[in-house]
Amino acid sequence: MCSAVHSSPIYSGTNPEKSRIRVTFDPANNLYMPVLASGYTPAECAGRYTCTLKEKKYPECAFCRASCPSRDLFVDPDSGLPLKCDMCEEAELAEPACVKVCINDALTYEEREEEGEPAKIWGELEVGLDSLIKKYGVKAVEETITTLASD
Amino acid sequence: MRYAETGYNLEVDLSRGNIERVETDPKATELYLGGLGTNAKILWDRIPPEVEPFSPDNLLIFGTGLLAGTLAPGANRTIISSISPQTQLMAFSMMGGFWAPELKFAGYDKVVVLGKSPNLVYLWINNDKVEIRDASHLQGKGAFEAQELIKEELGDGKIQVLSIGPAGENRVYFASIEHGKSSASRLGIGAVMGDKKLKAVAVRGRKDINIARPDEFMKLCDQVWDYTKVRLQNPVRGQIPILEGLGAPQEMALHDERWHTSNFAWGNARQRRKDYWTEEVAEKWRNDLDSSLERLISCYNCPLQCGGSIYYPGIGRYMMKCYTKLTYAMGAFSDLDFGFRIAQRAQEYGVDGYTAPQVMAFAVELYEAGILTDQDLPEFPEDNEERFFYLLEKIVRREGIGDALADGVYWAARKIGKGAEAYDHNTIKKHEQIPIKLGMLNPMYYIMWSTGEKVNITQIEGQIPQAPFPSEELKEEFIKDWIQIPTGKEEKFKQFIRDWGEGDNVFPYYPSIDLICDLVDWQETMHYLDDSTGICAGFSSFPLKSPYHIHNLPDLISTATGIDMDEDKLWKIGWRNRNLIRAINVRRGLRRRDDKPPEDHWRKRAPEYETRILDEYYKFRGWNNDGIPTKETLDGLGLDYVSEDFEQRGILTTNSETVPAQKTSAGTEKSKAKGQVKKRKRLKK
Repeated sequence: MCSAVHSSPIYSGTNPEKSRIRVTFDPANNLYMPVLASGYTPAECAGRYTCTLKEKKYPECAFCRASCPSRDLFVDPDSGLPLKCDMCEEAELAEPACVKVCINDALTYEEREEEGEPAKIWGELEVGLDSLIKKYGVKAVEETITTLASD
Repeated sequence: MRYAETGYNLEVDLSRGNIERVETDPKATELYLGGLGTNAKILWDRIPPEVEPFSPDNLLIFGTGLLAGTLAPGANRTIISSISPQTQLMAFSMMGGFWAPELKFAGYDKVVVLGKSPNLVYLWINNDKVEIRDASHLQGKGAFEAQELIKEELGDGKIQVLSIGPAGENRVYFASIEHGKSSASRLGIGAVMGDKKLKAVAVRGRKDINIARPDEFMKLCDQVWDYTKVRLQNPVRGQIPILEGLGAPQEMALHDERWHTSNFAWGNARQRRKDYWTEEVAEKWRNDLDSSLERLISCYNCPLQCGGSIYYPGIGRYMMKCYTKLTYAMGAFSDLDFGFRIAQRAQEYGVDGYTAPQVMAFAVELYEAGILTDQDLPEFPEDNEERFFYLLEKIVRREGIGDALADGVYWAARKIGKGAEAYDHNTIKKHEQIPIKLGMLNPMYYIMWSTGEKVNITQIEGQIPQAPFPSEELKEEFIKDWIQIPTGKEEKFKQFIRDWGEGDNVFPYYPSIDLICDLVDWQETMHYLDDSTGICAGFSSFPLKSPYHIHNLPDLISTATGIDMDEDKLWKIGWRNRNLIRAINVRRGLRRRDDKPPEDHWRKRAPEYETRILDEYYKFRGWNNDGIPTKETLDGLGLDYVSEDFEQRGILTTNSETVPAQKTSAGTEKSKAKGQVKKRKRLKK
């Protein structure tokens, strides 16, 4: 239910594949585990652990929150872009949509105070430079900027 | 662009191995909605009455409801239609779960299966890629076991699978199609699937379902949620526990089974045990349920938790819902512990949890009466529980006498002979019914049992209580916010609740015949609409004071699909679908003689009065006295092609009996009906 309700109404349609919460669902083992989309990871992880729940082995991937190239979970099926849960902040709801419809209280929402610096809010330039740095390294980007600036 | 539906069906011809994606006619959606309605249209168009259930020309249609997969709460139903091997009439059996939404997400509204495969196969629908795959390794596997194996084989836990068990493969006439905790069990559609050598259909979808006016639609869905929450906190008072809340009967959460165990009949729908439910029994049943129920579970986009995940020592885990909790237990004069133990095996074998225990109880009766002997049942155990396990194996494998029993009570009785026919007393149209034996004839139920095309009472009833409220206070409490009543009937229906049970206002001569017709019409129409929208009856037409009703459905359909809809139009669609399905069955030979309830369902019957209310109900529906929709009725509903076909076949003659328009006929019959009631009462005195 939580993942069904998620895709509305901004997408003008319904598609749980666009949801940022999915339930790892294994009725044969009485296992129902909600998994929230966290962030994008550019590469598959090396970890290939297994979790044993109720005497059944599951791959680590079954409960992983990342949008990762090795699987189609938390990847928009149309654009291929990663999906990430923002607790419905963008939609300005009092509580996330998934929590609102969960009348059986499997999901609850609470605000948590976190210590430390508030997260940096990046503009377009920072986002762009950051991805260039990730791809080419700080040094190469620095050099290029210096070269370009001196031209 | 099509909204709420995908606009495409998948046509699979198993004889030729051909798969096609076919665009559907949007006009059909406007006329019949989807699900049951459009399934029926396909059956009418493509299956002439000569086609036998096990002919390659018979179709097996897996239809999704019009709103299935949208965010309308509880809209998740798969409606499976075909020709039933047991009744030889149209079968429509339904299930919840997750399959229908997944098929929509894959881009199809229906899977229409034609022909017969030479070898056992399964269908794998992965968005645009559809394959017919070999299933020889799944032969003989349990239904749930096969679903798990297919998921493992295809490497994706999000795949939704429906499948048959060995009973379907062996064409047992009451074989079910299973899907997790859900099953489409009635009328032997699992046997048709087995006959086509189709073991399973697996689906994975990653596409959108478009909504015409999403903002408005979501607001309406939110209203349904809000009402649901309030309704769950305010159970209906003054009725039996099972009618208090929402959903399918909440059997998995219910400990107090006094009502079922003392009112429903045990064995072959024979015996009521008024004193069964003692404190000791209650304690044992409570312990058995609590120790084995792991959690309550729901279907797609639904919080009502009608199912349960059961873990039974020595058996393992399986899922169960609704009344199967009691059918085996009561059929074998046993208890819940036995019920849980046998139900798991029966579900894996894929048999209908209503019919199977009755067939077995019927066999036990025949044995005790000496009609079946030790020759028919070699090494038949002494113990009743053991006998049920023994019979289940024989039936599913069609071994020995199991071959006859696998055709159900009606056909088995005739095959066995030697007076066995007399033990077939709880079937309608050759199909086993829920084992209820009651005292006084309930006139509404008489009509619904007799004429229901679903041949299954639990999926026609709802909306009104089954017994009068015990006090004036409770009556007023119930009707004060009874918003679900159709427009124009409010005062009439509220007055019915007020008067019911007062003085002489008791069954069978209460309520008046015009009120019977109106109340039956309300219950039937809502079910026909639900079966077309794919909204679960547990959210809509089955419980009292449901979140969905005739006032909010038109806007929900309209905002989801973009089709203009209002109450009158929607009501007419309900009638159109009711008549179209009736027509399919009439063309296959259904007549008034078949419109009968189970023989001794009520201890006190009123044969003359029954004839009279059936006469009036036919007139109300616009059918002739043989139960055939008249030309005027059919043409008025836009079913001209049906009336033309009827005339060509000589089912209707051109100068068929003229019946006044429905609305006025109910009005004019009112005074006549009342007169009759008084006369009958005087006669009684």
